Amino acid sequence: MERHLARLLSRMSIAGFAAAFIAATLLASTGAQAEDFITVASTTSTEQSGLFKHLLPEAKKALGFEIRVVAVGTGQALDMGRRGDADVEFVHDKVAEEKFLAEGFGVKRYEVMYNDFVIVGPKDDPAGAKGNDVVAALKKIAAMEAPFASRGDKSGTDAAEKRYWKMAGIEPPKGGWYRETGSGMGPTLNTAAGMNAYALTDRGTWLSFRNRADLVILVEGDVKLFNQYGVMLVNPARHPQVKKEMGQKFIDWLISPAGQQAIAAYRIDGEQLFFPNYKP
Amino acid sequence: MHDILASITLAARLIAGGDAELWRIVVLSLEVSLASAFFACAIGLPLGTLIAVGDFPARRAVVVMMNALLGLPSVVVGLVVYLLLSRAGPLGSMGILFTPTAIVIAQTLLVLPVVAALSRQFAEDAWGEYREQLTSLGVSPARAVPTLLWDLRLTLFTVVLAGFGRGASEVGAVMIVGGNIDGVTRVMTTSIALETSKGDLPLALGLGIILLTIVLVLNALAFAIREWSARHG
Amino acid sequence: MAEIFPLRARSLTVRFGDNTVLHRANFELAQGARIAVLGPNGAGKSVLLRTLHGLIEPTAGEITWGGSAERPREQAMVFQRPVLLRRSALANVEYALAVNGVSGPKRRQRALEALERVALGYTADRAARVLSGGEQQRLALARAWALAPRVLFLDEPTASLDPRSATEVERVIGEIHASGTAIVVATHALGFARRMADEVVLLSDGEVAERTPAARFFTHPETPEGENFLKGELPWNGISHASSRA
Repeated sequence: MERHLARLLSRMSIAGFAAAFIAATLLASTGAQAEDFITVASTTSTEQSGLFKHLLPEAKKALGFEIRVVAVGTGQALDMGRRGDADVEFVHDKVAEEKFLAEGFGVKRYEVMYNDFVIVGPKDDPAGAKGNDVVAALKKIAAMEAPFASRGDKSGTDAAEKRYWKMAGIEPPKGGWYRETGSGMGPTLNTAAGMNAYALTDRGTWLSFRNRADLVILVEGDVKLFNQYGVMLVNPARHPQVKKEMGQKFIDWLISPAGQQAIAAYRIDGEQLFFPNYKP
Repeated sequence: MHDILASITLAARLIAGGDAELWRIVVLSLEVSLASAFFACAIGLPLGTLIAVGDFPARRAVVVMMNALLGLPSVVVGLVVYLLLSRAGPLGSMGILFTPTAIVIAQTLLVLPVVAALSRQFAEDAWGEYREQLTSLGVSPARAVPTLLWDLRLTLFTVVLAGFGRGASEVGAVMIVGGNIDGVTRVMTTSIALETSKGDLPLALGLGIILLTIVLVLNALAFAIREWSARHG
Repeated sequence: MAEIFPLRARSLTVRFGDNTVLHRANFELAQGARIAVLGPNGAGKSVLLRTLHGLIEPTAGEITWGGSAERPREQAMVFQRPVLLRRSALANVEYALAVNGVSGPKRRQRALEALERVALGYTADRAARVLSGGEQQRLALARAWALAPRVLFLDEPTASLDPRSATEVERVIGEIHASGTAIVVATHALGFARRMADEVVLLSDGEVAERTPAARFFTHPETPEGENFLKGELPWNGISHASSRA
């Protein structure tokens, strides 16, 4: 009797596993079949700031379709547009965006919002960088050869950082003190925290960053540190499958008073991260 | 130490609280990993067994290549699948990029060599034992494949579990072809990667503990099965 | 029914690399005959049986069944250690029948009958692998018998068994023969060989040293090898004057 039961159980569990497999296969394949969505290519720093978690539910309610954000480095985000894998570009590197437009991959660029960069560093500030002048701060850091963690990953943040160094007359920064991590903002901050180094970061990532160790904000408020975001529809003439109506609706919402307000309403610890600045 | 304690507490709270987003991520992870294990095994188990019993000119080269594929770098697979599924690529019009289906494809490609190589090894050992008797009974090597698959079912089930574990642990390729889209293609591993890079280590560790628990449970299951089979022939 | 007898092997040679295991062996089996293949360990008994059965391709020489080179299906082999599948005893017999084209309810019926014939009816639903050594060997015999073979090869079928199981197995072999199957058994059990065989083929260092009716072999072997074998009764010590071979 016990034998029969054992055999029945083993047959049932095999059948059960097979059923689970098949169900999972079907679920996984149909799960994403809804056509009512657009794909937005954006950056890791924007994703990590938590903006999309706050913004997208409101947008979905207003527009009636899903907005799927793939967050990668700016370089890869624009590359996605060139390949036609995204419907909308939402990045923060004006030079690269205008090149994208010039190449014919985008339709029109709208300035939507800005956030700012800050320089963080060890709270005892060995290089004396503290203040509101980013160029002066970088000069002092280089002079002291204080450890500096950089992203070095073709991102918008990285491009901005390299521009500031250039303004400071140090192009490119070289030496053991300057460490390029080749990774996103979070991992770079992890490295900076571990090394007690300076780093340039967007305020948003910093505010959400939990692993600060001894780092604090040292340089902020310099106008040069403002980081402009632009949004573009990927050109349907180049990629016919781009969802141009929904994509444009999303852009229109972002620049509308409702969208601009939603952007401003996003706070971390009571602090506003993104400042809407669309001007028609 | 504080981080680890904090993470365990956080994990317990997330699980006990039935956090909706957490469970959605877990369920999606299980779905894609089960699906890819299913496809990888449906192809890999018979394929590995067939190669084990087969006798054809290039056999040794095939076995060497199969074992070499075990070391296939997963990000390379991710890149290749991405290029294939991208709109600019040959299969772009299917619109699968950045969907769970893309993840299943990438994971299947990674798990398949594991399943095939392991099943080949087990089947070859068994074939050495069975071959004379089966041949004597009139069983051709090809006909022996389903016989071996059933006879080795308990051992091969541990191969299935290993394949599932391999799929469930994958992060690089899943990130590339899935895009880690919140609510759509965000699985446990890519979530952990994201939270870690945000510096939100307690949450990442919490997710990691859940993932580890799943893997441990599977291994315990595999062990129990082996014990049961040893006792019951 | 095709005529498959006599089974005739001429000048069989089997070489594995540099090692010649069987050298110019001749063999003949008539319908319903019982041949015991004897010889010390390493003499080539197992290789001879496997080559005749078709598991090994001879390096040289020819095998004919009733004059034809075609190997018939109506033959079976039982090995020293039975290889059984991880399923019930009944399922093991059914498997052999299924592979040989028997399907439907007839298959189960024939399998049950096969088990009954070897007094294993009570094991039908038991896992084959948990049966005792003697039961497993009888199961292997039942499986072979169910295929209605006209020749049954056995390679040391009782070597791993205790005396009581060995006796049971010997009895079953006798019954299989009684049902019309020719028997070729390689064995060390000289008593069994003496009781069962019509003819003895003695192998020594890969060569057929002697072919003698069993009744005579055990009392008056015809060759010095035969004498030495019976005298020495040392299964691992071939005391033969090995001739050098090309």
